[in-house]
Formats: sequence, structure tokens, C-alpha cells
Amino acid sequence: MALLTLLNSRSPLADPVEQRAMLARLALARTFGGAVSATGRGPLLASDVSVLQMNVGKRCNQACRHCHVDAGPDRPEVMPPEVVNACLRFLETSRVDTLDVTGGAPELHPLFRDIVTRARAAGRHVIDRCNLTIATLPSYADLPEFLAAHQVEVIASLPSFAARQTDAQRGAGVFESSIAALRRFNRLGYGVEGSGLTLNLVTNPVGAFLPGSQQALEADWRRELARRYGVTFSRLFTITNMPISRYLQYLVDSGNLQGYMDRLVTAFNPATVDGLMCRFTLSVGWDGRLYDCDFNQMLDLGTRAATPHTIFEATTAALAGRPIATGPHCFGCTAGNGSSCGGAVG
Amino acid sequence: MDTYYHPKDLAKFGEIGEDAPELWQKFSEWYGAVFKEGALSEREKALIALAVAHAVQCPYCIDAYTTASLEKGSTPEQMTEAVHVAAAIRGGASLVHGVQMRNRIEKISM
Repeated sequence: MALLTLLNSRSPLADPVEQRAMLARLALARTFGGAVSATGRGPLLASDVSVLQMNVGKRCNQACRHCHVDAGPDRPEVMPPEVVNACLRFLETSRVDTLDVTGGAPELHPLFRDIVTRARAAGRHVIDRCNLTIATLPSYADLPEFLAAHQVEVIASLPSFAARQTDAQRGAGVFESSIAALRRFNRLGYGVEGSGLTLNLVTNPVGAFLPGSQQALEADWRRELARRYGVTFSRLFTITNMPISRYLQYLVDSGNLQGYMDRLVTAFNPATVDGLMCRFTLSVGWDGRLYDCDFNQMLDLGTRAATPHTIFEATTAALAGRPIATGPHCFGCTAGNGSSCGGAVG
Repeated sequence: MDTYYHPKDLAKFGEIGEDAPELWQKFSEWYGAVFKEGALSEREKALIALAVAHAVQCPYCIDAYTTASLEKGSTPEQMTEAVHVAAAIRGGASLVHGVQMRNRIEKISM
């Protein structure tokens, strides 16, 4: 199914301000700040930055229905070289130990391989958030070998081990391409025990419901992917869909917005608060602006006053202890088992 | 439109406890324990609940355990097979009573 991005289909929800206003209009049982305060852990403050997440742009070879970035082939935003350099300088001159490269499809960035090479040369752990199908395109056929040569951790999206559900979310034919890519990664040792090459899978619900227990699902997935396709992987991460951008549009169109938000609020789990990724992640937008997480980035909810707002002025000292910008969408990270770019929380 | 079943009424389930709190508490604790991981996984238990919900034709339970089954990682194919199991048992239960009919026919017929 060919999908237009919200931007190019001229949806009002292409505007982050409209998204925030829609979420703010919902009558919810409690505010996120109130829920955190009630746990005795509020207000939410950042600790030291240990992960630098670069969102290198909104270009993607796919246009998934749940995408919180509103990424797609028709998006022109690409991180310019001066921002890339500033990110890498920040990484090289700080004690931040992990670089998490995301997008869009980050591999489409013309400097993707330079980013990986330089970060690895600086001794940093590098994560590539890979949509899998990119590795089946002729121009990117050597991507798995490149990633393996640089010992990059691959975090790959695959919502379901069933074709119909995966294609329903990510587009027709995506499942088959994804399995082909996974087999290629496996042949290089990715996701194979003892190889040292990490291939983690990310599943997020195909619809308006929460993900289940990561541990239980991982066992099911390991069995089913091996039995059906001979595919192995390192870990399975469950991620809750965030009411942002195209997933927000889906919730509105399907009449599920209020019910989904009520579910997130009801499922607030105090045990997730200490491990929220915003406490240790710094998110950089394609234009160099700073955010507490990729979700805030897409809602244009920048770092709060009195902290650096761009990567050009960022220092870990100035960012440590900063208050986190929050909103109703944050209930997505605290619902049930919690959710982060590294899966369930805690 | 006024109907006997309202989706929003599921959220009022706990109100049943207002006039018999001790019984409700016992039920809630037992219910919660039943669905915890044991010899069967939570996913398997949700699938059984989904099938039984169809057998007893409880719309609240169908909504609740459709969501629960999806959340616990079952696919629509697996869930549909579970409903077929319920339907087969219901259909088979009707049909197997045909034996009783046949016994009666034999007893009162020449």
C-alpha cells in the first residue's frame, strides 16, 4: 500500500503544534507530571547523558502507518554536514559512550558511513536503527558487511513474525524483504550467539493496543522465526506506539484516540519512571536542535529553558540535571512494562 | 441507541463489588491469579479466555480478550483458530446430543 506522508497529504496533523493541541484537548484522568509526582519521583530530571541519538533526517524508503517521524521517500530533510560534525565533536569530546543513529532510514544519509567510522574510531558503541528493507536495495547491498566490519549494533524493526501484520503496518512486500535481509545479517553472524554481532529486533503493536511482556514475546518470536524462516536474533525489544504524527492520525481515523490514551494513562507504571530513556539520552534533530527524546523532537518540544538548545552549544555538564519536557504522549513510555528505544523499561 | 450491552459498562465491572465487597475481593484475587503465568503462559491463557468468551457469547469478554490476546503476542490467525475450537466444541456438543435423540428414538419406536 503506497502511503503519503502527512506533510505531503496536507494533513493538519503534519504540524507538531496541531498534534500537541489535539493531545492537550483530550480529557484524561491525570496529567503526566501529576502521575510522576504521585510516585515521589517528580519532577522528571535528566541524569548524565550516556546516549547521543542523532536523527539524521526524515528520508526513508518506506512510509509505515505508525511512523512518529512522518518519514518517507518524499521527505527532503537531511542533517547537513556542519550538524553532523558538531554531533561527532560532542561525542568525541564527552564521555557519552553510545551513538544511536536513527531517521528516517539513517543509512540514506550521504554521510552515514562517515558517521559510523568516526564514532567507532573514537571507541564509541554505535547503534543503527535499520528498517531492514534498505539492505535489500541494490545501492545498499553491502550495508550488512559494512555494519559487521565496524561492529555496529543493528536494531531492526519487525512488528510481527506474520507477514500480514507486518505488511499492514509497513507496506506491501515489506515482510518478505525484511526476512531476506535478516537472513543476510544472520549469514554474517548477526544475531548468532558467540559472533559478537548484535541484531536486536523491535516489535510494536499493529494497532491500538499495548505490547505484551517483552520476555514472553521474545521466547515466542525466537521459536516462530526459527521454525518458519530459520532466522535468529539477539534480543527482542517491545516498543509502545506513541500518539504522534502518523500513529496519531491512525488513532483519529480509526476512532481509537480517546480509548488508547485512556489505556496508556490507566496502565501508568511507577516502576518505569527511573529507567525512562529521556533521563540519559540526548536527541539531536536533523537541523541540530536538541530534545529530550525522539518523540519530543517530532512534537517540536525542545529542551527547556536554561539548557542548551542546539548541538553547537551542548556540553554534558550543561545538560545534566535538566528538567525534562513532558506531555500527555509521555504516558506511552510509562504504560505497562514501559517503553524506550531499548524496549521495555526496567 | 439503547441496548442491553454497552461497551463502556465493562469499566463498571468493579461496581458489582459494592454490595458484596468480600465476595468481589475473593473473585478479583482468584481471577488475577488464574491469569498469571503458570504451567500455561499468559498468552495461552488469554487465547483460552478468548475461545471461552465466544462459547459463552460474552461481548465484554470478547472485547477484553481480543485486546489481551493481541497484547500478549497472538496473531489474528491464532486467535481465529481459537474461536474455531470454541465453535467446534459448541457445534459438536449439539451434535453429540443426537446420540440421546437416537437412544430415545430407539426406545419409543418400533
